[in-house]
Amino acid sequence: MSQASILYDLPGPRAKRRNAILGVVSTAGIIALLAYIGYKFADTGQFEARRWEQFQYASVQRELLAGLGATLKAAAIAAVLALLFGAVFASGRLSDKWILRTPATFVVELFRAIPLLILIFFGYYVPLQYGWSIDKLWALVIGLMLYNGSVLAEIFRAGINAVPYGQTEGAYAIGMRKNQVLRLILLPQAVRSMLPAIVSQLVVLLKDTALGFIITYPELLFVGKQIGGRLPFGLPYVPTYLIVGAIYIAICGALSILAWWLQKRMGRSRRTAAKVLPSQDVGDAAGRMI
Amino acid sequence: MGEFFRVLTDNGQLFVDGFTNTVKLFLIAAVGSLVLGTLLGAMRVSPVPALRAFGATYVNLVRNTPLTLVFAFLVFAVPKLDVNIDYDDSAAVALTVYTSAFVCEVIRSGVNTVAAGQAEAARALGMTFGQVLTLIVLPQALRAMVPPMMSVFIAMLKNTTIAAGFSVLEAGAIPAYMAERGEPQFAVLLWITIGFLILILPLVALQRILERKWRVAR
Repeated sequence: MSQASILYDLPGPRAKRRNAILGVVSTAGIIALLAYIGYKFADTGQFEARRWEQFQYASVQRELLAGLGATLKAAAIAAVLALLFGAVFASGRLSDKWILRTPATFVVELFRAIPLLILIFFGYYVPLQYGWSIDKLWALVIGLMLYNGSVLAEIFRAGINAVPYGQTEGAYAIGMRKNQVLRLILLPQAVRSMLPAIVSQLVVLLKDTALGFIITYPELLFVGKQIGGRLPFGLPYVPTYLIVGAIYIAICGALSILAWWLQKRMGRSRRTAAKVLPSQDVGDAAGRMI
Repeated sequence: MGEFFRVLTDNGQLFVDGFTNTVKLFLIAAVGSLVLGTLLGAMRVSPVPALRAFGATYVNLVRNTPLTLVFAFLVFAVPKLDVNIDYDDSAAVALTVYTSAFVCEVIRSGVNTVAAGQAEAARALGMTFGQVLTLIVLPQALRAMVPPMMSVFIAMLKNTTIAAGFSVLEAGAIPAYMAERGEPQFAVLLWITIGFLILILPLVALQRILERKWRVAR
């Protein structure tokens, strides 16, 4: 009730009665909505056996697995590259030398402002124009790396900046070098504060691999379109997308829960003096998550 | 360089049409997701457990689904449910359904930034629910909501490009048309990038100003 208590007082007998009535009415409304959707599904025959039959076939299951594999492969490569990209450009932005700081700032701000799909198109159409053949996987991975790498660079920078300045001063005072301050004092604390934000950014990256569908990279969504478009099984788009959606929700949901758990755990941790960066909803994080 | 400008002047109409549709799609989906998102946000902070659970389930399901999947569902699966919806409407609905989950969360966390003591003090003064909401909670919550809300809408403006994969002529669909016309894609994509920067940079600047100006001192 912690959230509700901001707006509402503890309910008295009248409010309790009113809330109970509202609860019943809204439950009925929600059930009616779900029932209508269910009726719509049943009415158009989405629950017919022929539309679900092919998911029992080992070949179709293998197709889905191959799609999932392609999704995870793109996500894994892009995640590694984006983390590297982010580390390089975050250190550029944190540098004392303007000659490093200015270009790094420009790159990070630019790639965050360009729609991800346009970045992917750069990797897809431009090589075509010059007649080079580039694997669609790499067009997708390069776009994901540039965009998510730039966002991660901002997370890294915010993480380092979140460590209170007294930590740096203290480290210099006991005679550490700049390099030691960063390596031994700032990074270990910053990593704890930004870990939840990093994990939730990786969820975003995983979700964004679905853009590969548009450049016909054979990832999970693309495979779903093929399975759903089979006429002998009555064009089972609805069942297929329900299954594909469930797969995405299971994987991304598990990672989101991990991010949330990390945020709670790190918030209590005494091993960092930094405030934990929000993993979602608040401030800059709201724009990152979407 | 001449080639670079020729791409724009020769295909001016396509660029104009594309970006006009992008802005249109953005505005429709912005209004839609603001309405639906506010409704869901109100559910999430309501005293009725059933509504809270519904809001939370919606947000968690939608947030962990790729937007491209929402688009694909509307374009390929929804017509199979005997619902007739054209491509432009599908795109607006997909963006609304997806973005409102994020709008909802911004509203919820905005309301939660207001210290509980504020509302308690207001009630102690005898204010009614409407007064507490409009005089005490919302003025403080709105300042905390506006910057993240703008981030969400900037992200949505970029997300409109995904409609290109689903037969909607907007800015993201220009490269596919240009590929047919055999125009140099690098120049085309640079022009699209410039177009988006023109749309987005003022929003980003405004957001930073508001963020600085409205930072709540606690």
